[in-house]
Amino acid sequence: MSDFQIKKSPTVYDAIVVGSGAGGGMAAYVLAHAGQKVLLLEAGQNFDPRLDSHQLKWPWESPRRGAGTVRPFGDFDASYGGWELEGEPYTQKNKSEFEWFRSRMLGGRTNHWGRISLRMGPDDFKPKDGLTDAWPITYADVKPFYDKVDRMIGIYGTAEGLENEPDGIFMKPPKPRLNELFIKKGAEKAGVKVITGRGSVLTEALPNNNDRAPCFYCGQCGRSCKVYGDFSSSSCLVNPAVKTGNLTVITDAMVREVITDKDGMAKGVSYVNRKDLQEYQVNGKLVILGASACESARILLNSKSTSHPNGLANSSGVVGKYLHDSTGASVSGFLPQLMDRKRYNEDGLGSVHIYSPWWLDNRKLNFPRGYHIEYWGGMGMPAYGFGGGVAQMNGMVPGRDGKMKEAGGYGKSLKDDYRRFYGTGVGMAGRGTAIARESNYCEIDPNTVDKYGIPVLRFNYKWDKDEILQAKHMQETFLSIMKEMGAVVTSEIQGADTNYGLLNPGKIIHEVGTIRMGDDPKKSALNKYCQAHDCKNLFVVDAGPFVQQGDKNATWTILALSMRTAEYILAQKKKQNI
Amino acid sequence: MNRRDSLKALGLTAISTTVLLEACKQPDAKTDVAAPEETAKETGREPWEIDRDKKLKSETYFTKHEMATITVLADIIIPKDDVSGSASDAKVPEFIEFIVKDIPEHKVPMRGGLKWLDLYSFNKFQKPFVEASADQQISIVDEIAYPKKARPEMQAGVTFFNRMRNLTASGFYTTEMGVKDIGYVGNAPNQWAGVPADVLKQYGMENVKV
Repeated sequence: MSDFQIKKSPTVYDAIVVGSGAGGGMAAYVLAHAGQKVLLLEAGQNFDPRLDSHQLKWPWESPRRGAGTVRPFGDFDASYGGWELEGEPYTQKNKSEFEWFRSRMLGGRTNHWGRISLRMGPDDFKPKDGLTDAWPITYADVKPFYDKVDRMIGIYGTAEGLENEPDGIFMKPPKPRLNELFIKKGAEKAGVKVITGRGSVLTEALPNNNDRAPCFYCGQCGRSCKVYGDFSSSSCLVNPAVKTGNLTVITDAMVREVITDKDGMAKGVSYVNRKDLQEYQVNGKLVILGASACESARILLNSKSTSHPNGLANSSGVVGKYLHDSTGASVSGFLPQLMDRKRYNEDGLGSVHIYSPWWLDNRKLNFPRGYHIEYWGGMGMPAYGFGGGVAQMNGMVPGRDGKMKEAGGYGKSLKDDYRRFYGTGVGMAGRGTAIARESNYCEIDPNTVDKYGIPVLRFNYKWDKDEILQAKHMQETFLSIMKEMGAVVTSEIQGADTNYGLLNPGKIIHEVGTIRMGDDPKKSALNKYCQAHDCKNLFVVDAGPFVQQGDKNATWTILALSMRTAEYILAQKKKQNI
Repeated sequence: MNRRDSLKALGLTAISTTVLLEACKQPDAKTDVAAPEETAKETGREPWEIDRDKKLKSETYFTKHEMATITVLADIIIPKDDVSGSASDAKVPEFIEFIVKDIPEHKVPMRGGLKWLDLYSFNKFQKPFVEASADQQISIVDEIAYPKKARPEMQAGVTFFNRMRNLTASGFYTTEMGVKDIGYVGNAPNQWAGVPADVLKQYGMENVKV
């Protein structure tokens, strides 16, 4: 190791941003547009949807026909990464089964996400049941930033006037598909409200923007969009920020730790380049972490110094704790009424056309908070796994001659069945509030490092009665909607033995809460502007600062909070406070 | 970005653009998206993905005899009919050869299942499956193609045939022939205007609004 050296750059940036997803991208965008010289470090490789998307490819253009062998969400999915990364393990404690999805690419997980863009509501910030800590901010504090994000990025939806499901500044919504009309009818009979979806897809031209084109309805947002018709951080934030001339992006930069000076202030970041495996150190007047809730917690916990012996921003000991991911459970089946349906293009757009916001009063239920429901179904593009259920379904309903037939089969009759059942599929999934608990956490595993020598995270996460009872309620609700719409259920009926189909924590990829904000420095890592209590020039802009997530997907709140933090930074700089 | 620019961004040639725009006007017209060039296939992939695919394609898993058996079975499951060709016309056996290497948990059940089939055929007709007559082959398939009525001692065969049927369907309906057969008509730029009026009427959904 005689040639071992750390390459130190003499440049001092106004800010170093770690991570290029929704949070890091937004901070870099706001600061670069305000003339700040910003360095953005991304652990993964470069990615530009215009060049790298697999949009409009046919299944036969993938040798595995779209199977999820190398990419968990399918071969065309816009994610470099997955549940496991080669040479970058994470470990579990007390038989936890936390699952951690990481994308290593410019724009991070925003390249493939579902684009479901929900605001958290007043009760999500200040819960009325007193079960969890209130945020140090209210919906009114965040509303102006949600509004600005809506205008800047674009979102469709309909104004509904629901108190805890706040309306945004919406573009026109997509029309419902046929199966969605069945869902609407059935759900209403089951007492479940169904409204238009809310998603960050351009259903109209975005005013004053020449880089992005409106959606052309291929339904493939998960592959990322070549015309930038949906939101991803790469296309909507990082690339425009680079155009200002104020943003430098370094990809393949895997951050080890935040470097602090003798006064405990952040002065830079050290990273290993994943390609040349050389060590680098870069300097900035402030450091902004947006590496994802868990990865940013990992960086902080690994940034130990004499001033910060417990890890940076962690004198309270809360970093890594209060980890929570949305709950998730689902039911699927088919609509016999739709057999032999007429063929037409119903790809629609790639986010949700409809959804059910939480509609019940918890005072009458045996679990706190709630969940929303997302729906699917219809005549999708065939991929690996196509027709998998037909050999069971053909024994559940009468054949063409009106007689029941034996499930299974082969030959011309089976081939006819594949046609008959095509497009009849329907299903739904709940995404619910999981309670933020101190006992659910990630921490540094003292015994394990990744291939770069960086100590890895170890997870400890158990679902509690609250989440399990919520999943039970989901199952009951879904079965009742399926029944009312005349659908046949083909998924397994889940009971107490499987926690009612409640998926492992982490599986919904809404993990938040590990670097929580709060007014009390003894109980929180960050103040209400996402600034570290212990280190004034350190900020966190991913989902780490969330005190308690609602049942709403995290991204729109990450964007709003990151914008708010970036504007706070600019204001504080003006006052020369940082 | 205007419409012309966005089509350009999609990598569509002038010819295919014209076809496409026509297709947008007439939903039933044939769409013809330009085939991606060899180099274009390499974008949007991590280097290890490309290397892995190359390696898998250079390996051979099934023997000639196994491939012959797979071909016979695949064509029994999806034969040619008035609408489209057979599984082997759509190169389903070649897909199965690739997918068992890509998803290795298919390997042993497929190899063992094929062996089970040969042994069963040998005991019954003193011939391996591919050498049995068409009627004999069908008589065996009838014993394993209906999970609920199959005799309990046939369970290994039933499990194998379920897998074989699923792989055949996956392989067939993800080809150009299979997509046309099933009638998927999307994957092209268009304007989604909602469910067509005649379909709304067919299902009595004219008055359902979200």
